[in-house]
Amino acid sequence: MVLQIIVNGLTMGGVYALIALGYSMVYGSLRFINFAHGDVYMWGACFGLIFARIGDIPFPIALLLTMICTGLLGVAVEFLAYRRLRNVPRVIVTASALGASIVLSNLARVVVGAETYSVPAFFETKYFMVGDLVLNSLQFVLLGCSIVLMLFLNWFISKSKYGKAIRATSENMDVTSLMGINTNKIISVTFFIGSSLAGAAGLLVGIYYDAVYSTMGYMAGMKAFTAAILGGIGSIPGAMLGSMILGQIESFGTTYISSSMGPAIAFAVLIIVLLVKPTGLFGAGDAHSNRV
Amino acid sequence: MDIKKILKGNRSQFGIVLIVAFLLPVFVSSASAKHIMILVLLYIILSLGLEVALGITDLFSLCHAAFYGMGAYVSALLSINLGWSFWATLPVAAICAGAFGLLIGLPALRTNGDYLAIATLGFGEIFRLILVNGGDFTRGPRGLTGIARPELFGLDFTNKNVYYYIILAVTVLIFFIVYNIPRTFFGRALMAIRDDEDAAGFMGIQISKYKVSAFAISGLIAGIAGAFYAHYICYISPDTFVYNDSITILTMVLIGGGGTVIGPVIGAIMLTVLPELLRSFVEYRMLIYGLVVVVMMQIRPMGILGHLNIRVPYLESLRKNLKSAGKKGEEV
Repeated sequence: MVLQIIVNGLTMGGVYALIALGYSMVYGSLRFINFAHGDVYMWGACFGLIFARIGDIPFPIALLLTMICTGLLGVAVEFLAYRRLRNVPRVIVTASALGASIVLSNLARVVVGAETYSVPAFFETKYFMVGDLVLNSLQFVLLGCSIVLMLFLNWFISKSKYGKAIRATSENMDVTSLMGINTNKIISVTFFIGSSLAGAAGLLVGIYYDAVYSTMGYMAGMKAFTAAILGGIGSIPGAMLGSMILGQIESFGTTYISSSMGPAIAFAVLIIVLLVKPTGLFGAGDAHSNRV
Repeated sequence: MDIKKILKGNRSQFGIVLIVAFLLPVFVSSASAKHIMILVLLYIILSLGLEVALGITDLFSLCHAAFYGMGAYVSALLSINLGWSFWATLPVAAICAGAFGLLIGLPALRTNGDYLAIATLGFGEIFRLILVNGGDFTRGPRGLTGIARPELFGLDFTNKNVYYYIILAVTVLIFFIVYNIPRTFFGRALMAIRDDEDAAGFMGIQISKYKVSAFAISGLIAGIAGAFYAHYICYISPDTFVYNDSITILTMVLIGGGGTVIGPVIGAIMLTVLPELLRSFVEYRMLIYGLVVVVMMQIRPMGILGHLNIRVPYLESLRKNLKSAGKKGEEV
């Protein structure tokens, strides 16, 4: 039983991590909460649904296409809704993000529909019994994809030239642009990566729960943001660890406390973290204190 | 249209707006239009409440709907369970919502900006979940039905005009209170905290006290709106007081121009009427709403009345003195 809860928590933790990375990266460079991110995740599920309906698209190709589509969607949102607002109070950018979130979720209502849709299967789900533990192949795919994507991201951020530029931009945008780096382009890259990861998460969750609906972004987005704060916002390993912890807390909470209060548990964690250690687990140190 | 010029004759302008608001029900006969007018007034009250926290003090609150809901639920529960009259529940509801604001204001002392937004969002969500899981007390997602209408001097409260005038009176009262806050010591302290928290602290302002008070006042005003809402619609459910409503009120304040007091009123009118005008495009209604918010933020990031501070008499004379001093300097 406990093992089952841990496995469920790990699965959801992987999803939260994929979404949380986008929040964390955007907050790291632009210092505002991208409320539209949850809806980009929802669009990932919608693209997944669209590709699944077309049929005959193998899963890896569908995943790749979804990631490209949502990545471009994220870039478009940044270009249209945030780019002009670099020098205004952050509450204004956040309001623009809230507006963008409303646009994205209602666009999905128009394009895909207002109901809950089930996703045609990309592959057959197999169940494995290990003692009392019930595992299914979807959980493996979900966890596998999130681990691979996170490892890739970690490599990209720490080793590649773009990754270096992203880190420099989040450290200090003005100085970075003085060094001859086109920060606007780097921010677009940041949005592309963050959004494509969220899109992948959306596709995977859509398949995992076999449900896609236009308001699925809000709750997942908020939980992922909680995870990002828990780990220390702006820190990529922090976002991963925070997500795993949140996944476990939620999994245990819904089993032992109350299933309908599940979201409240996540929010209670959020408030406690904000009150006790607003910098999160990995956000400590002077270099990060000015980000808060 | 120069906004500054329009606002120059403040008193006569307010007079005209009041007369128009007063005469409006005479010319509007359809019940649905009257309903919208009452909603506009309620949203004006709500955005004025948020203006105290967000506009004047720069406390980014995303749980205004929770204060609204607190007022509505307290008022409705007292009226249903204890049979209190509306006029007795109103102050209690306002005080409860204010106390709730005080409670939520406490994290405001530890967090700032976006973090506060996210913490208040969490509180709002927990409030909603408590309502949904409240069992027999809050009757869960089904909500509360059969809330009694108010009674006063034998007026007929099934008539929308009566509601309209009473809520209009309350709105005007609250407007003038909020409008005058920036002219009091209290309001100046809040604005000082907004402009530079550290400097305000050095000037001897007890930041914690003022921030929490701003939240409490914000909650109190929202509670009043909530009580009126509950006894006007006569039915409330947790769905009425969710995250989306907090965002709606937030965008009303920001589109109008936070910190200008008049701006949020304009924003409230705009964003309540707009979705109603789009009734015939049901599918695209919220899509257009979101687009309006994004576009407004691009073309006027500081709001319709942004960059235009409230006319504080002292500052006005100071500005004039500085200007004349500058001119003299040029001449020499």
